Amino acid sequence: MSLLPTDDEVMLADAARGFLDAAAPIGHLRGLRDSGTTHDPALWTEICTMGWAGVLVPEAQGGSDMGHAAAGVLAREMGKTLVSSPFLSTAVIAATALRKVADYRAQEALGRIARGEVTYAIAVDEGPKHAPEATELHAKPDGNGFRLTGTKRFVVDAGFADRALVLARTGAGMTLFDVPLDRDGMTLASKSMIDARDAGDLYLDGVVATGDDILGQVDDGMTVLTPALQAGQAALAAEMIGLAAGAFAKTVGYLQDRKQFGVPIGAFQSLQHRAAHLWTETEITLSAILNAGRILDNGEDATLAVSLAKARASKTAELAVQEGVQMHGGIGMTDAHDIGFFMKRARVAAEWLGDYSYHAEIVARLRGF
Amino acid sequence: MEHDLETFRAETRVWLEANCPPEMRDSAQGEDTICWGGKNWAFTSEAQKTWLDRMAAKGWTVPTWPQEYGGAGLNRAQDKILTEELQDMGARLPLQSFGIWMLGPALLHFGTHEQKLQYLPPIARGEIRWCQGYSEPGAGSDLASVQTRAEIDGDMYVVNGQKVWTSYADKADWIFALVRTDREAPKHKGISFVLIDMTTPGVTTRPIRLISGQSPFCETFFDDVRSPRAQRVGEENRGWDVAKYLLNHEREMISGGGQGLLGGRPLGAVLSEISDNLDPTIRAEATACEIDTLAMAMTLDRYKDQAETTEIGDASAMLKYAGTELNKRRYELMMKAKGADALAWEDGEAEGWLRTKANSIEGGTSEVMLSIISRRVLGLPG
Repeated sequence: MSLLPTDDEVMLADAARGFLDAAAPIGHLRGLRDSGTTHDPALWTEICTMGWAGVLVPEAQGGSDMGHAAAGVLAREMGKTLVSSPFLSTAVIAATALRKVADYRAQEALGRIARGEVTYAIAVDEGPKHAPEATELHAKPDGNGFRLTGTKRFVVDAGFADRALVLARTGAGMTLFDVPLDRDGMTLASKSMIDARDAGDLYLDGVVATGDDILGQVDDGMTVLTPALQAGQAALAAEMIGLAAGAFAKTVGYLQDRKQFGVPIGAFQSLQHRAAHLWTETEITLSAILNAGRILDNGEDATLAVSLAKARASKTAELAVQEGVQMHGGIGMTDAHDIGFFMKRARVAAEWLGDYSYHAEIVARLRGF
Repeated sequence: MEHDLETFRAETRVWLEANCPPEMRDSAQGEDTICWGGKNWAFTSEAQKTWLDRMAAKGWTVPTWPQEYGGAGLNRAQDKILTEELQDMGARLPLQSFGIWMLGPALLHFGTHEQKLQYLPPIARGEIRWCQGYSEPGAGSDLASVQTRAEIDGDMYVVNGQKVWTSYADKADWIFALVRTDREAPKHKGISFVLIDMTTPGVTTRPIRLISGQSPFCETFFDDVRSPRAQRVGEENRGWDVAKYLLNHEREMISGGGQGLLGGRPLGAVLSEISDNLDPTIRAEATACEIDTLAMAMTLDRYKDQAETTEIGDASAMLKYAGTELNKRRYELMMKAKGADALAWEDGEAEGWLRTKANSIEGGTSEVMLSIISRRVLGLPG
């Protein structure tokens, strides 16, 4: 197994970069924020036209089925310019969950994802930290189905998505529901997130769900959700190393252009060494991310690889944006400069789907500490 | 391709099973288990000699070198398999040396066919042990300011000067050294890369006692040492090219120092064995260190794969910087976890811990590595 990019991956990255530089540079996110919106349906339609929404959808359902490493390539390129899209929640997490189920309804849903006809929000967490196992939202048996009551927090993309994957506690375990967000009893409180992307709190008050709304088996939702979350964590880590690379490129550019004391500030050894250390960290983290994509595609148990990738990505992105703002000096503190967008996205992405500590603990346990 | 590799793996396993002496399968790591080879080498056991001879005959002491120079001509994928199979059976490496890590790659790249034929097979067979004559009292991080001079006298050089930090010079048969052959030229342009027999009259060595109590390093003195000019590698006054190339290999080698030193077991597992109720702060630090170690191993692998087609070049400074700083962290954690149980020499931890402090100095300091990265990789001015 080699972590070097294949020819296909190089071509995919080049094509993605070319498209995104034109269609979604950082100014695109700034424009969304300034207009008070979190989602650009036209951009998502274009992304779907290129087949990215179907990156994990089987060809039989109209997808391109390129795999997790390829999804990582796309996420990484999107991260470089902070592209706001439902790629992770819909094309990666929901698609992976549906693929795990693979019944007729799930196949239909996969086809709709690939064609850009449906978007998903991920409703798992209920507290300030990622903790699927701490789910309290409950699904009470009611006739042939269930009634869902409880609160989900940090529900990414809920402000515009059509459906949500909702994790609920049932009699002897947890069950994963796939329900439309406009069903009676659902209330969404959208939040003004610091990264100008979409998230909110979702309140469920006796929402009716039938057996048709269940992904996988009753009481066994994690069998479907865990691989989906892992796919999401790996792709989010890839987005974050893209983010780190984007912030780093801006910072190195500034070190070369900005003059103080009559010389480019990049000539000062104190800044050179910090930049070199940061580059070192990004290279090491990149390996962990490439490895996670390969392991997922090989179908091996990816728990260690994914947690390693998300842990390293969270830490490296944090370093990249902190160094980025500090080395930009005063201009880095202004809203007019883009580096602040990287800092805010890094903070949100670090928390989503598990922060450094969450994933470090998984690594520690798997390595026998 | 995959099928060929699986066949290779199966054959390799069978051969290793049949040829690796049981005594050499103890997963032993550390300085005193290494076979360095050389004329002065005293084998620690008959098994150590047998293992070296069998592996050398197979070309597997230097698996990727061409067969005509003592290797087996393995490609990277086969080499990986051989390494994995050796690790799986807990086998010691049959031979380690500066000839394998440093001089060999430089000779393969810059040497003439005759030089390769003359010097490489004895390295592969463990017959000649080499040391490195780079640093001088006045040339540490500023390596290109070497002052040891070689004056031309017909077919011979007459060498005068002093080298320092020449690892195991007192046990080596030959030295590869940087000498100044043009004192008028800019400092990088007047250096030559020469090979000198340590038994030549005028060569003397003196061990340096280190903070670990050990003396792996020496001072080496050259007083009117007459050595053939034909033993120069590369062109006269172009030795810096060879020196840099070799340094990149040295840095790659040192960067691997964080790997496998604990028998490949996770740091935390080792820590919890030696210390019940592992302190939560140390456990957290060890977890972070383990995460970084795993990611570093993947990075080394990725760069080695890349080196199959493209020279790693100055990026080796990144591997060296990260690998050595990580290794120091690992040993600090080991010491902290053991506490007072690691403070006596007889506890056996302190020597290794102190040795790692040289990792971020030897082969170029961490600060020099960061400067190389910033200027040559990132393109910052200066």
